[in-house]
Amino acid sequence: MAGNIWVVADQWQGRLTDITFEALALGREVADALQVPLEAVLLGNGCASLAEELGCADTVICAEHPALAEPVPETHARAVAELAQQRQPRAILIPATNTNWGANTLLAALLDVPGVNFAVDLKAVDGALEARCVLYGGKIEVRVQPRKEPAVIGLWPGARPADQGRSQRKPSVEQASVSLAAEPKVRLKRYIEPEAGEVDLTRQDILVAVGRGIQSKDNLELAEELAQVLGGEICGSRPVVDQGWLPLSRQIGKSGLTVKPKLYLALGISGAPEHVEGMKDSALIVAVNTDPHAPIFNIAHYGVVADALELAPALTEAVRARKG
Amino acid sequence: MNLVVLMRMVPDVVEELEIASDQKSLDPEALRLIVSESDDHALEEALLLKERCGGGVTVVAPEAPEVADLLYTAAAKGADRVIQLRGIEPGLGVAAMAEACAAALSAIPGLLPADLVLTGTQSIEDLDGLVAPLVARRLGWPYLGVVTGVSDVSNGTVTVIKEFQAGYRGEFQVSLPAVLGVQAAEKPPRYVPVAKVRAAMKATRIEEFEAPQPVPEPLQDVAIVALAKPEAAGHAEMLEGSVEDVAGKLCELLAERGLL
Repeated sequence: MAGNIWVVADQWQGRLTDITFEALALGREVADALQVPLEAVLLGNGCASLAEELGCADTVICAEHPALAEPVPETHARAVAELAQQRQPRAILIPATNTNWGANTLLAALLDVPGVNFAVDLKAVDGALEARCVLYGGKIEVRVQPRKEPAVIGLWPGARPADQGRSQRKPSVEQASVSLAAEPKVRLKRYIEPEAGEVDLTRQDILVAVGRGIQSKDNLELAEELAQVLGGEICGSRPVVDQGWLPLSRQIGKSGLTVKPKLYLALGISGAPEHVEGMKDSALIVAVNTDPHAPIFNIAHYGVVADALELAPALTEAVRARKG
Repeated sequence: MNLVVLMRMVPDVVEELEIASDQKSLDPEALRLIVSESDDHALEEALLLKERCGGGVTVVAPEAPEVADLLYTAAAKGADRVIQLRGIEPGLGVAAMAEACAAALSAIPGLLPADLVLTGTQSIEDLDGLVAPLVARRLGWPYLGVVTGVSDVSNGTVTVIKEFQAGYRGEFQVSLPAVLGVQAAEKPPRYVPVAKVRAAMKATRIEEFEAPQPVPEPLQDVAIVALAKPEAAGHAEMLEGSVEDVAGKLCELLAERGLL
């Protein structure tokens, strides 16, 4: 039906991801405010059994096609575009994950409608849709109103608690067909398993994480020494791994690991949303950064405005002294 | 291979960002611009491909303060041709810029056909889209983002490694020509000494090209309501004092929680 709110379900390895339920929770609020149905769009090949988990939506539109078995953003964008052209939703919420990275932009371009990225909230304001987006590494929020519909909203993790979007209710399921190219120009050849790290960071109680503020590979030993004296392990944010200072197996965040240690000590990490996604549920977060406005301080329990290169050795000595 | 790299300057978020008085943009006077980080990785991946497969690398960048430094540095690193695009307004939002860049790629003599257009997988101000899929759509080429490796160019296809999550990656076969959004190059972006950049400044001519008209207006599909500094739901309890004092306080905290 025209004017409905859509949530495109995100899947990974045959399962619906948490961000799907976060998006459903947000979509439910928007749909209720506008008094329109919430519909979930489920794409894949042999995925119909997942529909029953999408009970937060009133209806699940399930489109199956052999080409949708592969996680190719362009193929998925084309399928949603075809469905949207037929049914004219008012807004399409798409979880922004690496799996479908770029699909929301492609979908907006295919429909010639506005695309909005990095949204963490969506509201109906005086009948208009208004998204709140996080830009500039989490330092600026922008509120925007799409000028045409359907608005395609790329949704960042954490918009709502995932559990709020789970429901035991059985949604009605509607099968839909899509026509896709028989010979797609992007094909998945194989999955590559994660590089085996020497330790399982997801099982560590204490993690000392380093970011760009560590400045050079040579300074890693300061963090390693601190991790050692604390009985923990070292890990890092994306820039540190991209620089080749730490292996991918020690990256925390969007492309890497999600961890929940008892202590997460963030040294020189600004707190970009991509990193926060992987560590925000740690029991105790202590952040050290020279920038008093660094977003990491918004989620840390304790913060220190200091140069991590000065604090790390001081803390190492203090811990050593205390342990005797 | 004929490789085109799209690069741009973005605000340095290490600096304090000031919101302009209209509340709808950043104060340009207070901005320091740097090369968009993943664009730098896109250049590195293109240079690695050139070293392995031969061919040439052309860097195209919209005009912006300090963009000449970006282009001379790219030349010093090994780019064969560097082009500044005039008439594209820098700033928040990228859909209009990507559209104008894509139109320019088609119009700049000798640029297309190319095998690959590479650019960063995202930037910090991609409010209304991502550059790589927008350029791909405009050119009618396939797209893949979050790319961390490119290899095995043969028979009109290329093998591309893309990151998923939790350390998983995927190996894709992509038909050429294609547009790739690079997350990280296979090696960290190479360092070039200042002397080599200075030499490139003498030896390199930055080509200037006017973006084809009409250049789309930025943010024509979304209306900015307001920019704001995030209001945090919570904030850390800040520990103050000398590093030794703070280290002592942290020790106490950790000990209280049984973490020492």
